[in-house]
Amino acid sequence: MSDPVALELREQFATPEQQRETASAGMWIFLMTEVLMFGALFSAYTVYRILHPQGFALGSSEMDILLGSINTAILLTTSLMMAFAESNAQEGNERWLAICLIAVMLLGAVFLYVKFSEYIEHYHEHKAPGFWFEDSSPYANNVQLFFVFYFIMTGLHAVHMIIGIGIMAFLLFRTWVGSFSAQYHTPIVIGGLYWHFVDIVWIFLYAIFYLPGLHR
Amino acid sequence: MIEAVPVEVEKNYLTEKQGVLSWFLTTDHKRIAILYTVAVTALFFLGGFFALMMRLELLSPRNWLVSAETYNKLFTMHGIIMVWFFLIPSIPNTLGNFVMPMALGAKDLAFPKLNLLSWYVFMFAAAVTVYALFRGGVDTGWTFYTPFSTSYSTTYVVAAAVGIFISGFSSILTGLNFIATTHKMRAPGLTWYRLPIFVWSMYATSLILVLATPVLAITLLMVAVERIFQVGIFDPALGGDPVLFQHMFWFYSHPAVYIMVLPAMAVVSEIIPAFARKPLFGYKAVAWSSIAIATLGFLVWGHHMFTAGTSVYSAMVFSFLSYCIAVPSAIKVFNWAATIYKGSISWDTPMLYAIGFVGLFTIGGMTGLFLAALGFDVHVQDTYFVVAHFHYIMVGGTVMAFLGGVHYWWPKISGKMYPEGLARVCAIVVFLGFNLTFFPQFVLGYLGMPRRYAAYPEEFQFLHILSTAGATILGVGYVAPLLYLLWAWKYAKPATSNPWRATGLEWKTPSPPPAHNFESTPVVNTRPYDYEAMKEELDLV
Ligand SMILES: [Cu+2]
Repeated sequence: MSDPVALELREQFATPEQQRETASAGMWIFLMTEVLMFGALFSAYTVYRILHPQGFALGSSEMDILLGSINTAILLTTSLMMAFAESNAQEGNERWLAICLIAVMLLGAVFLYVKFSEYIEHYHEHKAPGFWFEDSSPYANNVQLFFVFYFIMTGLHAVHMIIGIGIMAFLLFRTWVGSFSAQYHTPIVIGGLYWHFVDIVWIFLYAIFYLPGLHR
Repeated sequence: MIEAVPVEVEKNYLTEKQGVLSWFLTTDHKRIAILYTVAVTALFFLGGFFALMMRLELLSPRNWLVSAETYNKLFTMHGIIMVWFFLIPSIPNTLGNFVMPMALGAKDLAFPKLNLLSWYVFMFAAAVTVYALFRGGVDTGWTFYTPFSTSYSTTYVVAAAVGIFISGFSSILTGLNFIATTHKMRAPGLTWYRLPIFVWSMYATSLILVLATPVLAITLLMVAVERIFQVGIFDPALGGDPVLFQHMFWFYSHPAVYIMVLPAMAVVSEIIPAFARKPLFGYKAVAWSSIAIATLGFLVWGHHMFTAGTSVYSAMVFSFLSYCIAVPSAIKVFNWAATIYKGSISWDTPMLYAIGFVGLFTIGGMTGLFLAALGFDVHVQDTYFVVAHFHYIMVGGTVMAFLGGVHYWWPKISGKMYPEGLARVCAIVVFLGFNLTFFPQFVLGYLGMPRRYAAYPEEFQFLHILSTAGATILGVGYVAPLLYLLWAWKYAKPATSNPWRATGLEWKTPSPPPAHNFESTPVVNTRPYDYEAMKEELDLV
């Protein structure tokens, strides 16, 4: 058996150390991009919420707070599982690493299932923006604007979740073929960074879409 | 004289592997740089063709060549192609890709596969955009202002927006790669203050690429969603705010100006010391001014909206901040001038382009200050004055520096020299043609000629004819280097490893370099631009 660390060393790097640090720097820089990407949407949302407080409050009252809270709990649990995955990877427990990754994927899928059933519910209640949108309140246009942001932002988040599950599947495959060890498990750490970021975004989405409606 | 007998040549990056697939599947940053060069050159001439059509149309005060609708599409496609498919990738992805890793003493970029991916993403984006163009084009202007772009235009807005959206991923991947490379791939001993300014400026550019591009992506996504679902994100009739679009668009597009010009400054900062045989004056000030430009660049977007109904207080703040950003730019110009002062200057082609850059960039920058002044801006808003201003920055600045850089690193890239005399003549032709094209536009704008009109009052005709004449000369000045450089690739005399006797690690390896750049990893223990030490060395010889 050859040394797994040396096996994974790409030709442009001098040491495994350098490769590990570079890979994690790359993910952090990518997350900077993501912050600005979601940040632009959060800013636009904020502008319109200040412009149209009534419409946004009405829109938020259409949200199912129970489903939203369950989904929040699910995602927080996946983050915990991801943290377990990382510590198991560090200790070289490949079996538990695999189990944690499977848990992350399954819970992520449950999250998406709940999310899409919410979407379908909104569609049946004529709250999906577009020509099928209906609202009898005097703030109908503003309620629609709320739902535009709701669908764009949670939709973009869902896309990130799907990509995240894909990454987990890839990591699981590599765990299964035995690529990782206590010495080399950088991809787990980097995949984890991404997953945690997507979770954090959800916390903010939960706060701006589900919670404002609670006051009513 | 005995003819030099060709000895067994060592393999270089061009000969290491053969065949078409070895190019399309390469992860070598030098080969990817060439792939990018071919692509952006083709797109440059496509965008230039649209410009030429516009200039021809403007020969006459009436519509004589194209209809007003076609003219709208011409200036839109010219803008879109030139901004996103030439200016933004031009220097970073070609010269940056080629030189950066070598300037750092690295074997490659941090993520070579990502680099190749970014090229494919770019090509796909270009294909989508060119598709939009051949299906009938877009007529919104490159700025996609709402609500025209979302509610009224009947052209292929979504397809063009998707093309630009995708090209954004390519920008982000490149920026990410350069940042990680600068942090982690430097040769032993190569501290931050030993880096060439080229690297500092590319680093600053990359910060903008990574931080600004996602905002544009989201903005275009919202435009596309609004158009497809007719939901009124920016439509005032449905509760949207069209000015919010402008805020978001310029939050990207003002910093994007620095994505285009910082790499030009990077190139010029290499050329000037090499041809003045002096260390770069005020190295640390020039280095940090790149970072200052990148940072301040994010705080001035409101100067595009002085007449869009924003509050007078915000206009005053943005006006003030726009003045501030002239400071780091001026620091660079003064330091270049101080570097040239009492240097022993050789007037080779790269230096001609670099000097041309400094002059034209200064005019472009100074007229930018005019535009940052609230009163004057209201007078010339949306006139040819603005057009002339940003063409002095982008064409007079970036394209000049691009050509200068291509000539400077040509021996390294191709392993051949180029016809120096012809190249010098072309550099002068480009400079003259450029000024004849765009200087009359300052006057036109000041007299009140609005931009984006196919027809105009007869008193403007003389200045328009001057401008078109200049554009023709400029066109010749651009085609000629393409032809002689292609000729030189095959037939010119071979270059030595360091024909300009320049500092910088890329000159310490053969021309063209081997696949992994260096025989052994270089170790750096000198300051950058150490032309004094080099002079002593050469004197000893
Ligand atoms: Cu600006």
